[in-house]
Amino acid sequence: MFNKDRWKEILEVLTSNWFRTVLTAFGVFWGIFILIILLSAGKGLENGIMKDFGDIATNTMFMWSRATTKSYKGLPKGRSFIFKTDDVSSIRENVPDLRFISPRNQLGGFGGANNVVRGLRTGAYNVYGDYPEIIRQDPMSITAGRFLNYSDIEEKRKVAVIGEGVVGGLYDKGEEVLGTYIKVQGVNFMVVGTYKKKSNGGDGEEGQKEIFVPFTSFSQAFNRGNDVGWMAITANDGTSITEIKNNIMAVVKENHKVHPDDQRAVGHFDLYEQFQRVQSLFGALRFVAYFVGILVLLSGVIGVSNIMLIVVKERTKEIGIRRALGEDPWSIKLQILMESIFLTIISGMAGISFGALFIYLINTILDMNGPVDMFANPSVSLGVVIGALIILIVSGLLAGFIPAQSAIKVRPIEALRTE
Amino acid sequence: MIEINNLHKSYKMGANSLHVLKGLNFSIKEGELVAIMGSSGSGKSTLLNILGMLDEADSGEYTLDGVPIKNLNETKAAKYRNKFLGFIFQSFNLINYKSAMENVALPLYYQKVPRKQREEKAIKYLSQVGLKEWAHHLPNELSGGQKQRVAIARAMAAEPKVLLADEPTGALDSKTSYEVMDLIQKINDDGNTILVVTHEEDIAHMCKRIVHLKDGVIVEDKKVDQVRASQYV
Ligand SMILES: Nc1ncnc2c1ncn2[C@@H]1O[C@H](COP(=O)(O)OP(=O)(O)OP(=O)(O)O)[C@@H](O)[C@H]1O
Ligand SMILES: [Mg+2]
Repeated sequence: MFNKDRWKEILEVLTSNWFRTVLTAFGVFWGIFILIILLSAGKGLENGIMKDFGDIATNTMFMWSRATTKSYKGLPKGRSFIFKTDDVSSIRENVPDLRFISPRNQLGGFGGANNVVRGLRTGAYNVYGDYPEIIRQDPMSITAGRFLNYSDIEEKRKVAVIGEGVVGGLYDKGEEVLGTYIKVQGVNFMVVGTYKKKSNGGDGEEGQKEIFVPFTSFSQAFNRGNDVGWMAITANDGTSITEIKNNIMAVVKENHKVHPDDQRAVGHFDLYEQFQRVQSLFGALRFVAYFVGILVLLSGVIGVSNIMLIVVKERTKEIGIRRALGEDPWSIKLQILMESIFLTIISGMAGISFGALFIYLINTILDMNGPVDMFANPSVSLGVVIGALIILIVSGLLAGFIPAQSAIKVRPIEALRTE
Repeated sequence: MIEINNLHKSYKMGANSLHVLKGLNFSIKEGELVAIMGSSGSGKSTLLNILGMLDEADSGEYTLDGVPIKNLNETKAAKYRNKFLGFIFQSFNLINYKSAMENVALPLYYQKVPRKQREEKAIKYLSQVGLKEWAHHLPNELSGGQKQRVAIARAMAAEPKVLLADEPTGALDSKTSYEVMDLIQKINDDGNTILVVTHEEDIAHMCKRIVHLKDGVIVEDKKVDQVRASQYV
């Protein structure tokens, strides 16, 4: 099957009319090229958006309290309530499979008034009262010193971990940060660490302008008692937070005498659900890429099939002679099939190579001009390339099948008669 | 070598059918050189195609070298053609993108003879027809007579039992025709069995036996004194 003569013949046939061969090959080339480009563009978009999610534990929900909308147990609707630290322990007792339950309190916020003072400098920053676990849910890298720990919580130490953005706002360049004090709404906290967040999202700047202090010291310093502003809750791997979030909310509703059917009294944001939604969007994009790419490829394959039919027609006489001389019909069929597969694979490989080159160029341009929102590092995996090759072989077979069939359909005696 | 018995063949064309061969009987022994004659449309080519397993008779028996030829599928027919028969056509039927040598080597390729042996043999047969120097030329660089000689070399290459020639000189002028017949006679001298279809009397008399067809039946079957073509060359 793979002898030298067979290959010589394939090359002879395909090179006997260069222009036609190249034109035919272009259809398949273009199809595979489009497929590769679409898939890699989809991947680029995916990479870009995934980067926005950063390292955040995606199996997480945020939960806060709002006004009730139903009266219950003698209490009127429209009543406000506040989560308490007891809620944390009762959630832990009643809902299994939770990895982290972090109660949080917060001061200030985006566009708020200046609330932090150091010497002559002031700034408006988000100040959070947090447990040490928060660094596992909203990852940041510690650039100096340390993060909060349980001794800080237990001893209600007035310590703070501040973002690089805060350092930039309150300190001179090169100034020693650790061990210094900052004044948050009149209360002094000692800086024990600085951090930097990796997230490249739109709020990248804002993410570096946060101050973390121990939850307990926060409550004490700002008179929050046992109040909990909101919670960040992460489920164990293997359990989706989306499935168990209703159980969690049921616990706090019960604790605060909120009607179980009151959908609005507990606000929440389910990161996992958002994440899944984005994931399925990428699935859809991939589907579209394959759909369009394969359709274009298909038209290329039909082109190959068509040309092979013409070639067979032109070679009717020759095929007749060869059969009169004793060539096995199967051998003729194989010859046509191999011509078709060869042409398809060569042009497909060219398409893959040019696609890869194109992606490489785009990446170089992206690298040179810095990151772009929602698009990063477009690429195709080896799996896709191998998949494309398999598609090519199959399409080559399909393209050659009808011509091969028609090549041996004509009886040799009739083939010889044609002039 | 060849035995046919009550061979019938008709062509269907729409509603009516044309009865071309109406019960032919003859036998050809090894080493014979037989001319098949007859006017145009008498069924000469039809007979030769059946003998060449390119076509099938409607009824009757055909035995080639003791092997009954019937109910052949295409694969088997191809194998038999390759093993038993060599064809020489009026229009040469060389493959135009292959050199003379490659054309001659083709039947050996189908027998899966290794390339080197194939080429040696092809050169051998090309020198037998006096075209060794033309081995690497393409058919369209050759004259008609040269093409037919390449075709004869090709027919000989697989060392078949029988050579079938349908008007081998039909496209050639008389001088070239005699050269080709000289070659055919020499091949026959070596003991090969050859059938030549022709409607030219002089060509027919260069054979050893003439079978005359008319309207699908054999009207005459006689031995003749062979005229050597070499005297005209
Ligand atoms: N495939 C076919 N279909 C229908 N009729 C055919 C076919 N082949 C041959 N014939 C008819 O059969 C008859 C015999 O044809 P054949 O080719 O055997 O004649 P021939 O003796 O070789 O003639 P010539 O000397 O012109 O070559 C002719 O009338 C021809 O028209
Ligand atoms: Mg004829």
